[in-house]
Amino acid sequence: MKYAIEAALPPPPNTVGVLGWMRRHLFNGPLNSVATLVIGFLAVYWLIPVVQWMLIDADWVGESREACTSGGACWVFISTRLDQFLYGFYPSGEYWRLNLSFIMLAILTAWLMLPNMPFKGWASFLTLVIYPIVTFYLLTGGAFDMPAVDTHLWGGFSLNLILAVIGIVAALPFGILLALGRRSEMPIVRSLSVVYIEIWRGVPLITVLFMASVMLPLFFPEDISFDKLLRAMIGIILFQSAYMAEVVRGGLQAIPKGQYEAADALGLSYWKKMIMIILPQALKMMIPGIVNTFIALFKDTSLVVIIGLFDLLAIVQAASNDPDWIGYATEGYIFIALMFWIFCFGMSRYSQHLERLLHTGHGGRN
Amino acid sequence: MTEPQIKQANLAVELRNLNKWYGDFHVLKNINLQVQKGERIVICGPSGSGKSTMIRCINRLEEHQQGEIIVNGIHLTEDLKKIENIRRNVGMVFQHFNLFPHLTVLENCVLAPIWVNKESRKDAEANAMKYLERVRIPEQAKKYPGQLSGGQQQRVAIARSLCMNPDVMLFDEPTSALDPEMIKEVLDVMIELAQEGMTMLCVTHEMGFAKTVANRVIFMDAGQIIEENNPHEFFDHPQHERTQLFLSQILQH
Repeated sequence: MKYAIEAALPPPPNTVGVLGWMRRHLFNGPLNSVATLVIGFLAVYWLIPVVQWMLIDADWVGESREACTSGGACWVFISTRLDQFLYGFYPSGEYWRLNLSFIMLAILTAWLMLPNMPFKGWASFLTLVIYPIVTFYLLTGGAFDMPAVDTHLWGGFSLNLILAVIGIVAALPFGILLALGRRSEMPIVRSLSVVYIEIWRGVPLITVLFMASVMLPLFFPEDISFDKLLRAMIGIILFQSAYMAEVVRGGLQAIPKGQYEAADALGLSYWKKMIMIILPQALKMMIPGIVNTFIALFKDTSLVVIIGLFDLLAIVQAASNDPDWIGYATEGYIFIALMFWIFCFGMSRYSQHLERLLHTGHGGRN
Repeated sequence: MTEPQIKQANLAVELRNLNKWYGDFHVLKNINLQVQKGERIVICGPSGSGKSTMIRCINRLEEHQQGEIIVNGIHLTEDLKKIENIRRNVGMVFQHFNLFPHLTVLENCVLAPIWVNKESRKDAEANAMKYLERVRIPEQAKKYPGQLSGGQQQRVAIARSLCMNPDVMLFDEPTSALDPEMIKEVLDVMIELAQEGMTMLCVTHEMGFAKTVANRVIFMDAGQIIEENNPHEFFDHPQHERTQLFLSQILQH
């Protein structure tokens, strides 16, 4: 018997494309159609004035508030003070030092994070050992013909970045030690780690910063005075290592028992087993968790305002109180929100990308 | 009493009145076992009979509560030095291979020789290639475990253990996680190893393997050694009812 293969027909036009999508998702029933129309109306009703104010009517160029005449947003407020918002009171001739350290950081992270890059071992060594030393001299100065810049001049968005990056990088080793301690078979080590983690996780960061800045000096002789930024830094690191410990613990628990047993059976000591077998595998699984903690910490860094450090939030607030610019606080806050959002959204996308990569790459290389 | 002493020197593994509990559950009951150097022992029994637990006690992957374990003259205690010493001389092959997925095959093989036995990387790699050739996969040395089949992974796991030049090899159901057509390639490697005189304790249900290489077959049930005999006697004239039942069930098909 013969049969003819029927020609493939295109799907009905109202099930595919934009129209089909709208039918299925926006208008699949009377209730949904009404909801779509109401929400659509509200969105347009609110969005048009916002766009009008932020973009169409806005003033972009100028030197002072005299340039803001159109009634829209006055971005001149941001542009004239952008340097201050980004670099704080850092001497303007020395901005390149901040820029250089962030560029180096970006290159090193890209090197570490992008798959298939060669010499990852060297990159981690550079990032974790050489880079901090170089950056320390670069930012504080006082050596190699660079004038010293006191930390009370540091501020703006670069201060948020510095606090968050140092906080995360320094908290990682402590977090690993605490997580190993929490899983230890030695009761004293285990209890100490649990107590430490639970105490710090139960305290808000703002309290920690307050303690670091107000109470810490009380415990030291009067002639020893810590740098204010250093105190905040120590507080953040102690606080963050507790969170990091929990992220690391999650990673350690995800490693199959067989890996521990195989390492034991080969006669590897506890530390060799952890450093060469368990942690390299666990760290890979922890990257999304670490990025997550980093985003949380990054936003929390604006809390340093209560101990008198001028991060982005504080410096924009101060600028909007300047008699020359009274009345433009809204623009300032939108700018702050946008800066934080761009960075956090970027990191969150990256972490999602990594999660997908780790899922598909299961059992394979990298 | 000279005879037992001479025998003592030839013992690779000795278990004396070994008892172990998981909480309240008594998993190993008064186990006594002497393994001569060069002897090949196959341990079988129904699941939950304690056979894996018993060989895992020998390199302290499991802790025992009573009795003595002596490996190459070393009394196994809580002393970490002794445990590491024993583990260095006792190789182990697992049911699920447990290769390190983030390291290449070669790196898997040289890790312990370099970091535990302090061999130079060059020596360790030359030695590793020798063993990879013996298990017939030298060409996979640069690959990652995830890129290999189950049978290949298990052969790498055997090579990894051999790289430590162990005196005793423990096999914990080495073929139970493998597809049928891969079982043979692993068993062939194990048979060769046996023929070279390696002291082996194998938990396995591969009765053909037991008939070919074992000096002794041990049958365990409910945490006890029920019966032990040479393979010929064991398979043809099992003494104990429980053994007969077990054998009739696994040899049926």
